[in-house]
Amino acid sequence: MSNVLVLPVLIPLCTAVILFFFKEKIRLQRGISTVSGLLNMITAILLVSRVHKEGILTLEMGGWAAPYGIVFVGDMFAALLVMMTAVVSFAVLLYSFQSIEEKRERFYYYPFFQFLMVGVTGSFLTGDIFNLFVFFEVMLISSYALISLGGTKLQLRETPKYLLINIVSSTLFVAAVAYLYAAVGTLNMAHLSQRIAESGQGGVLNVIAVLFLIVFALKAGLFLFFWLPGSYSAPPPAVRALFGALLTKVGLYAIIRTFTLMFVNDPGLTHTLIAWLAAVTMILGSLGAVAYKDLPRILNYNVIISVGFVAFGLAAGTENALNGAVFYLLHDMLAKGLMFILGGIIISAAGTERLSGMGGLIKKYPLIGWMFFILTLALVGIPPLSGFAGKVLIIRGALDAGMLTLSLIALGSSLMVLYSLIKVFRLAFWGNEPETELPKVNLRGATAVAAVLVILVIAMGIGADYVYDYVAQAGEVLATPDIYIQAIMKE
Amino acid sequence: MELLVALAIGVLFTVGVYLVLSKGLLRILLGTTLITHGVHLLLLTMAGLKTGASPLLGEKAEAYVDPLPQALILTSIVISFGVSAFFIVLAYRAYRSGGMDDVEGSKGERR
Repeated sequence: MSNVLVLPVLIPLCTAVILFFFKEKIRLQRGISTVSGLLNMITAILLVSRVHKEGILTLEMGGWAAPYGIVFVGDMFAALLVMMTAVVSFAVLLYSFQSIEEKRERFYYYPFFQFLMVGVTGSFLTGDIFNLFVFFEVMLISSYALISLGGTKLQLRETPKYLLINIVSSTLFVAAVAYLYAAVGTLNMAHLSQRIAESGQGGVLNVIAVLFLIVFALKAGLFLFFWLPGSYSAPPPAVRALFGALLTKVGLYAIIRTFTLMFVNDPGLTHTLIAWLAAVTMILGSLGAVAYKDLPRILNYNVIISVGFVAFGLAAGTENALNGAVFYLLHDMLAKGLMFILGGIIISAAGTERLSGMGGLIKKYPLIGWMFFILTLALVGIPPLSGFAGKVLIIRGALDAGMLTLSLIALGSSLMVLYSLIKVFRLAFWGNEPETELPKVNLRGATAVAAVLVILVIAMGIGADYVYDYVAQAGEVLATPDIYIQAIMKE
Repeated sequence: MELLVALAIGVLFTVGVYLVLSKGLLRILLGTTLITHGVHLLLLTMAGLKTGASPLLGEKAEAYVDPLPQALILTSIVISFGVSAFFIVLAYRAYRSGGMDDVEGSKGERR
């Protein structure tokens, strides 16, 4: 039975429903969330190992055969992302126990958290384009709730913007689905891929492809990221970590899935467009990361740079580059989760978000300082750490495809990541302590969570060979969509 | 028939976009509603507006209209209904707390 495929969606869904009944019992809520988080990780790991052994798993909902019913598809790419989601969100959950105030916890923080997980994992696993829209909405509506929960002035100011951008992009998504349905008359992704290939992806389908690109780029922060730096500064650090690690990655996943499975017949147009969008994203993201002097914004612009980097890997399109994109995406979910958790720890340790108000934290918090340093090196892609393998694969694949200028831009953006994060490290941890006294906070638990993630980052870098085994299996499906189609259409 | 409806959808989109680009939060809200209407009509139209019986097997007709887009629209309607409700309450809350009902006044990078 491949019912294991639906468990990563079902477990958080049931947990969320159960949690609604215990509004005032915060300890119980935490306990249930922890258990479900652990369960979720176990099933995700099981899923990955099963996909590794048996190839692509499919689950036809209600027993209706492929193009007529909704299919859940677990290929290696989706399975790896589901696993990483489970790991990162569990870490963020543990961090939430320490950093979210009781006031917020009482108002359904944990149920919203679980619903966000439902949306994210569902988006990864579904094989139907309209179902993808629905899971996007599940994810977005929970993110609206999480971003505004608490109702501070900043949150109330930023949420309407975030909401408006996402309403517009969702309506565009529906419009794109409508056009696509009119053009080819199906909604199942594998079937869509077949029909688009049959019709040869003419003018209309290219327009639809670009419309999908706009929709997903709005969600992922690829070039159309103007909403991101402001919106992601509004919620509390734990929610930021969740958003930074997961939300944009779902948009990226959708771009990668759409342009490796469905719209693959005219790469000269679509993939060139993605390449330039990626380049502009990396450049603008770098400018933002260098320009600002408050911590949340620097971190937010770093999210944007990495979105550009993964999209660049997709645009290069060679098997190496696709493997690299998968690897980098996995690394980035982990590292961005860690980055925002560390950012949150630094902010609560220093009592301010402005870098100019920080200094000398290394004396009091040496462990946090060095963890931030290791994270910086990992994000830049220094060899023994997790960011290296992905970057090398993407750059090598891009050079194979003859994209020299863009590769140089990508490498330059790594330098800017280094500069911006080292600036944080230098200003926050070295230098003189500010005159104002540091707030007294207990950061032991949060530090432990961050330490585990740091160990994972290091392990993923050292064990890159082992990880590559799985990544290559994911990349193979992305490079040859026929494998995916065969698994679902079963002819 | 499709042409006429397409024109109507175009008008809905135009008015919607115009409203979304205006200052007041309520006008923006109305704009999103109009765009959503346009998109739902678009779904209905793109599947074809051929004549046929309504999709009920009891009708025992030769041909039925395509049932799939109707299901999609129904799904999309409830989703956008939920989101709109949230948006309205949020706008109300923002108005109550800051006395702001236009987006120009909600600029400001710093708290």
